[in-house]
Amino acid sequence: MSLHSLQTLAYDVERIRQDFPILAVQPHGKPLAYLDNAATTQKPRCVLDAMMHYYTHLHSNVHRGVHYLSEQATAAYEHARDIVASFIGARRREEIIFTRGTTESINLVAASWGGAFLRPGDEILLTVFEHHSNIVPWQLVAQRTGAQIRVVPLEPDGSFFVERALEAITEQTRIVALAHVSNVLGIVVPVAPIIEHAHRVGAVVLLDGAQAVAHMDVDVAELDCDFYAFSSHKVYGPTGIGVLYGKAELLERMPPYQGGGDMIRRVTFEHTTYNDLPYKFEAGTPPIAEAVGLGRALEYVDSIGRAAIAAWEEQLVASCIEQLVQIDGVQLLGPERGRAAVVAFSVEGVHPHDIATFLDREGIAIRAGHHCAQPLMDFFGIPASSRISVAMYSTEEEIERAATALRKCITVFRF
Amino acid sequence: MELSDELRQLYQEVILDHHRAPRNYGTLEPHTHQAEGYNPLCGDQIELFLRVNDAGIIEDARFTGQGCAISRASASLMTEALKGKSIEEAHTIFERFHHAVTSDPTAPIDADRLGKLVVLLGVREFPTRIKCATLPWHTLEQALAGGGTTTTE
Ligand SMILES: Cc1ncc(COP(=O)(O)O)c(C=O)c1O
Repeated sequence: MSLHSLQTLAYDVERIRQDFPILAVQPHGKPLAYLDNAATTQKPRCVLDAMMHYYTHLHSNVHRGVHYLSEQATAAYEHARDIVASFIGARRREEIIFTRGTTESINLVAASWGGAFLRPGDEILLTVFEHHSNIVPWQLVAQRTGAQIRVVPLEPDGSFFVERALEAITEQTRIVALAHVSNVLGIVVPVAPIIEHAHRVGAVVLLDGAQAVAHMDVDVAELDCDFYAFSSHKVYGPTGIGVLYGKAELLERMPPYQGGGDMIRRVTFEHTTYNDLPYKFEAGTPPIAEAVGLGRALEYVDSIGRAAIAAWEEQLVASCIEQLVQIDGVQLLGPERGRAAVVAFSVEGVHPHDIATFLDREGIAIRAGHHCAQPLMDFFGIPASSRISVAMYSTEEEIERAATALRKCITVFRF
Repeated sequence: MELSDELRQLYQEVILDHHRAPRNYGTLEPHTHQAEGYNPLCGDQIELFLRVNDAGIIEDARFTGQGCAISRASASLMTEALKGKSIEEAHTIFERFHHAVTSDPTAPIDADRLGKLVVLLGVREFPTRIKCATLPWHTLEQALAGGGTTTTE
């Protein structure tokens, strides 16, 4: 028996589902099939408990008091940083900066690094499938600095050729900012050659890992990326917190993003000196309970095993694609293979919102819309699409229910 | 799989019919009024054209665009309802429809005054979809106010 099938044999999805209280909700009296995990994942009880425990026993402000609770809160918050560092393979804990989420992480890099180092004529390289949060911050800093945005295209059939990215990296390229996993195409981008090539011309690379960390092993040191951004709420943790990893030598050279408490060493009205990493980038009271919840979520993921989760999800995605492509009029966005947990599609003659409403009444939650990737929708010439996305607690039965409801929906709308 | 009652109310046969075969679909030349409507949430867009004669009567109304079944059916039914009406009457129909569609799902329906438009009121059970039904109507108000682009969110 292959390692792959051994892993999925041992995978006890029913036991995992017991850990997620919300899965018992019955929308419109139907069992919930939550297939909108790319938007946000649900939270296991241990994460909720950890946050409750924090507020019940440990809460105070961090890095400020000398009293018992302040020490407890600081220890809990900093422990979460250690968990994150080890989860993504950062060499040093001070390379982990807590932010509000992927969006703020990217804005931090664009404003601080971009504001300090971009010059007129410099190029910022993005791909056509970026999330708006990895487009708009770069437009803002391009306007301020006179840098230019260039965009790596897709092939006419929607597939991604890494050669196109390599060709687009030039002597003018200062930063390449791209998704590690696309939130629409689902593709796992082969980032290694891109990072290597970018470094050869002296450019830095930011990976948007929002759709990656919950579904695969991520090791930032091995990837050798310069920045890595992700959101807690997409990896079973609470909303309101996210992570920016940055190489220490880069973060040291970057100016602060926001000013306030915690990020300073000494303030006078004439001159302020800044705190060390990572605090230089964490102005104000941070989301402490959320950090604790995130740390617990990552421990939970590792207790199940990232390889096991990935193998499970791979089967579900393969089965989902197999069922969808058999339905007349369904057009898959992106390739059939090389995907993480996301399957987006369009249906000829049926609007995604009608599909989502229809499935919702069956208790099935999927996403309909532009998925914050309007340039990609424009590329496909569609205003919106539907998206099924799985998580560690998703089941084959849920995928079948979605496919059955979709077939029924198409019959109602077309004939 | 049986359709739930709410779904059946939302997607009544009349609506599906107007979705599959929208009435008054296309551009209108010459026209006197034109406006675009856009719903950034779902990417729906509509372009509406009116030809109003010297007596202030809407002689013809047409629309183009991409949208869900609800917004298409709403635009189709709206253009039917507008033809032959004065601008003042068009405003009244807008008010009446807008009031009805944003009212509580349990509120009584004045079917006599709404005419065929009552089929759109199933949307009241679906708060996230009300904007789909009202997009063409806000575009109408925009067109009558002199044109441009209107956005619903
Ligand atoms: C690829 C990608 N990047 C960025 C984001 C933004 O994440 P957040 O809204 O948590 O900041 C998302 C989530 O919607 C995403 O899928």
